Parts: sequence; C-alpha cells; structure tokens
Amino acid sequence: MDLKKWFNIKESLQMLTDVDSSLDRYRLFQRNIRILMIVLTIVPLIMMALINYHQYQSSLKQEMIDPTKLLVSKTRHSFEFFLNERQSLIKSISYFYSLNDLCDEKTLNHILFTLKKEFIGFVDLGLINGSDGRQICYVGPYNLLGKNYANQDWFQEVTLKGAYISTVFMGYRKFPHIAIAVQRLEENGESWILRTTIDTTMFDNLIAAMGLDAESDAFVLNNKGIFQTDSRLYGKVLEQCPLKIPTGGHATYVVEKTDPSGNDILLAYTHLTYPEYTLVVVKPKSTVLRTWYALKSDLFLVFLAGAILIIIVVFRLTGIMVNRIREADQKREIAFRELQHHHKLSSIGRLAAGVAHEINNPLAIINEKAGLIKDLIQYTPDFEQKEKFSNLLVAILQSVDRCRTITHRLLGFAKRMEVEIESLDLNELLEEVLGFLEKEALYRNIDIGLELAKDLSRIDSDRGQLQQVFLNILNNAMAAVDDEGRILIATWEKDADTVAVSIQDNGCGMSEETCRHIFEPFFTTKREHGTGLGLSITYGIVKKLGGDIEVTSKENEGTTFKIFLPKKSIA
Amino acid sequence: MDRIKILLVDDEHEFVTTLAERLELRNMKATIAMDGETALGHIENDPPQVVVLDVMMPGLGGLEVLEKIKAIDSKIQVILLTGHGATKDGIRGMQLGAFDYLIKPIDIEELVKKLNEAVKGMI
Repeated sequence: MDLKKWFNIKESLQMLTDVDSSLDRYRLFQRNIRILMIVLTIVPLIMMALINYHQYQSSLKQEMIDPTKLLVSKTRHSFEFFLNERQSLIKSISYFYSLNDLCDEKTLNHILFTLKKEFIGFVDLGLINGSDGRQICYVGPYNLLGKNYANQDWFQEVTLKGAYISTVFMGYRKFPHIAIAVQRLEENGESWILRTTIDTTMFDNLIAAMGLDAESDAFVLNNKGIFQTDSRLYGKVLEQCPLKIPTGGHATYVVEKTDPSGNDILLAYTHLTYPEYTLVVVKPKSTVLRTWYALKSDLFLVFLAGAILIIIVVFRLTGIMVNRIREADQKREIAFRELQHHHKLSSIGRLAAGVAHEINNPLAIINEKAGLIKDLIQYTPDFEQKEKFSNLLVAILQSVDRCRTITHRLLGFAKRMEVEIESLDLNELLEEVLGFLEKEALYRNIDIGLELAKDLSRIDSDRGQLQQVFLNILNNAMAAVDDEGRILIATWEKDADTVAVSIQDNGCGMSEETCRHIFEPFFTTKREHGTGLGLSITYGIVKKLGGDIEVTSKENEGTTFKIFLPKKSIA
Repeated sequence: MDRIKILLVDDEHEFVTTLAERLELRNMKATIAMDGETALGHIENDPPQVVVLDVMMPGLGGLEVLEKIKAIDSKIQVILLTGHGATKDGIRGMQLGAFDYLIKPIDIEELVKKLNEAVKGMI
C-alpha cells in the first residue's frame, strides 16, 4: 500500500467531513492519529532515554574505573619501591664491607641475621667471584658453597649491568623466590658479586594490601606471561597465564576483555620499569558495573513504564475522541436525514393542501350547479322523466360529497405534518394502523392477534408520530415472520402513569449482537433495502414522547417489542 | 316581509352566479360582486343586509374587505366562506365582526338558515 496515503492525516480529516458512515474511515483515522501521537511522544522519550543512557554510562564507568586504575598504579609503586629498596640494601652492604670482611662466614652470617631481623623475606646471602663465577662464601639454609654460576644468564647480566633482579623461581625448598645480585668493582680491577634470595611473601602482602573484593583477582606476571604470584582465578605461581596482556607502555591501562572461561572482565595492568614484571588486576565486569546495571534496568523500567502509559493514554484518548467525532457525525447525519424526511413530508403536505384547495373550487361550482338544477326541478311542474333527473342529480351530489371527503382527507394529512399532542385511545390507534397492513396479512395468511386492555386509559400524545412508530414496528414484524406466521399485539396498564404496548412475532428473531445495535442509526440487516434509520427514528420518537422502548429476541423463535408511553404528555 | 338583500362576493363567476340564482329562487335579492373593490362600491351605493364573502380572493382579500365593510357600516352582517382546513381564517373573521363562517362546498339550506339568523340578529 502507498505509505504516504496510509499515514496522511490531512486526508483522514478530510474524509471525515464527507457524509459517509463507513466504519473503516474512522478506523483509519483513529489508527493514523494513534500512530502520529505515539511517534510524537515516544520518539523524544527514546531520544532522551538514549542520551541519558550514554551520559550515565560514560560517567559511571569512569567513576568505577578510575579508583581501580589508581589502586594499580599505587601498588606498582609499592612493588618498585620494595625491589629497589632491597637492591639498594644489598648494594649498600657491598660498599660498607670489604671483600675480606665478606669472605668471612661469620661476618656474612651476621649480616644475614641482621637483614632477616630487620627486613622480611631474606633467605640467604652469597659472595661470588666476579671472574670465574664461583661462590666463595655462602650463608643460608643450603649447601651452595663452591657452586659455579659462570654459565648462568644472571651472572652474565650482573657483570654487564652491575645489578640484577631475577624473575620468580622455585628454590630448593620448593618455595617461590627471587634473586637479587649486585656487582662490586674493586679499584684494582677485580670484581665480586653479592647475591641474595628473597622469598616472595612480600609480593603476596603487597597484593593483599590492595584490599580487593572476593570476586576480583590481582597477580604479577613476568615478561613471558608466567605467574610470579598465585592467581585466585587463573593459576598458580610459575604457571603460564592464560590471559594475554598487551606489552609496552609504562602507564596504567584498563581494557575490557573476555577471559578463557567466557566471563566479561575489566583488566587493569601496568608494566614495572625493572624487572620486567606486569601487575595485573582482574575485576569481573558485573561487579564493577553493578551500579550501572542497576541504574540501567531502572532507566529501562522508567522508559518502559512511560511508554506503556503513553500508549494507554493515547489509545484511550483517541478512542474517546474518534467516538465523539463519530457520534457527532451520526447525530448530524440523523438530523440531516430527519430534516430531509420532514421536508419531503411537508412538501407532500403542501401539495396535498394545494390540490385539495384547487379541487374545492370547481367542486363548489358543480355543487351549486347541481343544486340549482335540483331547485329548478323542484319548482317546475311534473315533466317527463322528472324522476330520472332527480335521481341523476342525487348521484351527482353524492359524488360531490365523496370528492369532498377526499379533499378533506388530503387536508387532514397535510395537517398531520405538524406535531400535535391530543388525547387519544391507544387501542383505537393500533387498530387504525393495523388497517394499513390488513391486506398484506390476509394475502400472506398472517394471524394478527389482539389482546387489548378493555379499559385502557386515554393518553396525551401525538397521533401521527405514534402511527409512524407502530407502523414501523409492525412492518418489521411482518418482514420477520414467514407466511402463516403470527403477530400478537397486546396493551395493558403498566402503572398509574404508564401504558404499555407489546408487539410479539414468531419470526426469524435476532442474535444478541443484533439486538444490542438495533436502535443505533444506520444499523440494518436488510442490507440494500433498509436505511438503518427506521428503528432509530422510532426510538427517537418514543423518547421524545417521554416513553421507552425495549426489545427481546431469540433467534428462530421471534422478537418482542415493548413500548411504554406516559399517560400525560411531557411536551 | 321584504326580501332579504344579499351581496355575494366571490371571484369564481360560475359559483357566484349559480348561488345568486338559487337564493333568488328562495325569495332573496342577491347582488353579485367579483372582487373586493366592486363589493365595497356596491355597499356604498346600495347597502345590503348581509354580505356572503369568500375569504380567498385575488386583490383585496376577504378579511380586508370585511374590515372595510364594518368600517362603513357595522350593522351590515357578513358570512364568510372558507376552504376546508382554513378554520383559522374563519375564527379570525369572527373576531373581526363576521356573523359566522361556512366551509365550501356549502349546503344551500344551511346558508339560507344562517342568512335568516343574520338578518334577525341585525334587527
């Protein structure tokens, strides 16, 4: 269908001004108004909701992420501080003591004892010859005296750079350790190396100090992605970390990722300057964004409630509005048709009156001429065929009388066009109306039964209008019954102020649905034959006369109309 | 007793002449006028006892003529002839001083009766 035409409100409005009662027209109009109103209200609501959504999202996310970032940075500094401090400590010892002092196991033992006492994590202390890599003095829990480190990477590195901090390794005690080594160059060109191992309890302490919640995780990786500390979620120390952490950069970064188990996580990480450690904090997105999710669902609920409310209001309002328009249209149309009907009748009335008057004059002349002839015959002595002339004149005068009756009736019809309240006998009126239908009833062998109350009170009402009411209902009854059907008309006193008439037929009857609509204007079951106005006009007349009308019907059993009329006119 | 002097006023020539003839047969003196002006002329020159006046006439209408007659001589009795359904005209005429009104087509005997009553009323 042509969309433009579909949603054309202007056209819908114009359609309404045409005199046409098609229900489709109102449905179309109602639908277009509804679409327009809903679009006009929901679109701004959606836009506002989206803007709110994005603003809240960005601000809240920042609010959630920033503290994590800060925490990671702080902890990184703690790590760096810890490692630098230990390295400086060893370096200081190498300067404070001469090679000879340190070669003495007693002194070395004393130093280790002091270190253990004042600082956490020191395990052993060894002195290594800078030229051949042999351990010349060692204090600690293992028997490492004389061990040669010349072929080890760290030895190469410490001789090259002067200091070295290892990644975590399992010592002989199967406990994670790191080794720190510093080189001391003597003025005579000789060099020696002081090496210590420290367990990583302090790493765990630093991570614990972050005070993360139970669902979060924090750990340290080396540059190959090997765990340097235990991870609560992803593995033990010295295992390979399943998460891929981007390398490079020394700032703190926050990225959103999905971990191997498929959980959405927020990954905060930072690379230490030296050694090449990476501090990683993992927080499930759901916990970080819990507030956001709650807010989001609140936002959504508010939006949904608003939208539903709008839709309900729009539907109710347009329903009421379109109904009002439809009712107004119908009223206008009924008034229009009634006016037309009235005009038609009054034209007929005027025509009838005109005809009656025009015929009256020649009739008066005929009357007088015949009268004169009669007079003349009376005053003339007997002549041949006097008797016959007299008889002929009587016949002429009788015909004049008949014509007079006709013109009087015509004038009476014209007069009936005007609404007039008079005292009338309802039984008499019903019999009068039945006179119109007698021929048809006889021809179709329809049995019309009368059960009229004998002492029915006279009522003040409009004869012509009531005739129309009963004629209409009786016509419908005649249409409803089959040949040889039965129509029963009854009258009775309902109460002190009201008389009642019932017209009952044993015709085809109506469904409940039809019954409900029967007095509505333009409702017809006769399709092209009826205007759908008959019973609505009937209803209108009865109401106007201060009465009431009701209908009961059962399909295939028949229909009963009951009309209640006030004894005293309310007009 | 003198013959009653009547003036018949009606625009329908055939009606009025025939009616005059019938009244003559009943021993009354009937003069004819076909319109209001002529009728008023007759009344000035030779006042009748009773005027039988059609309400519906072209030119001067019956009720206007009635008013003028009453202005000239209130003793002159007027019987109006109206069409059916024009009862209002009759009642209006009575209010203006008409003796009575009859509905066309009239019954001659009833007219004679009314004419006699009118003359009696005049005396």
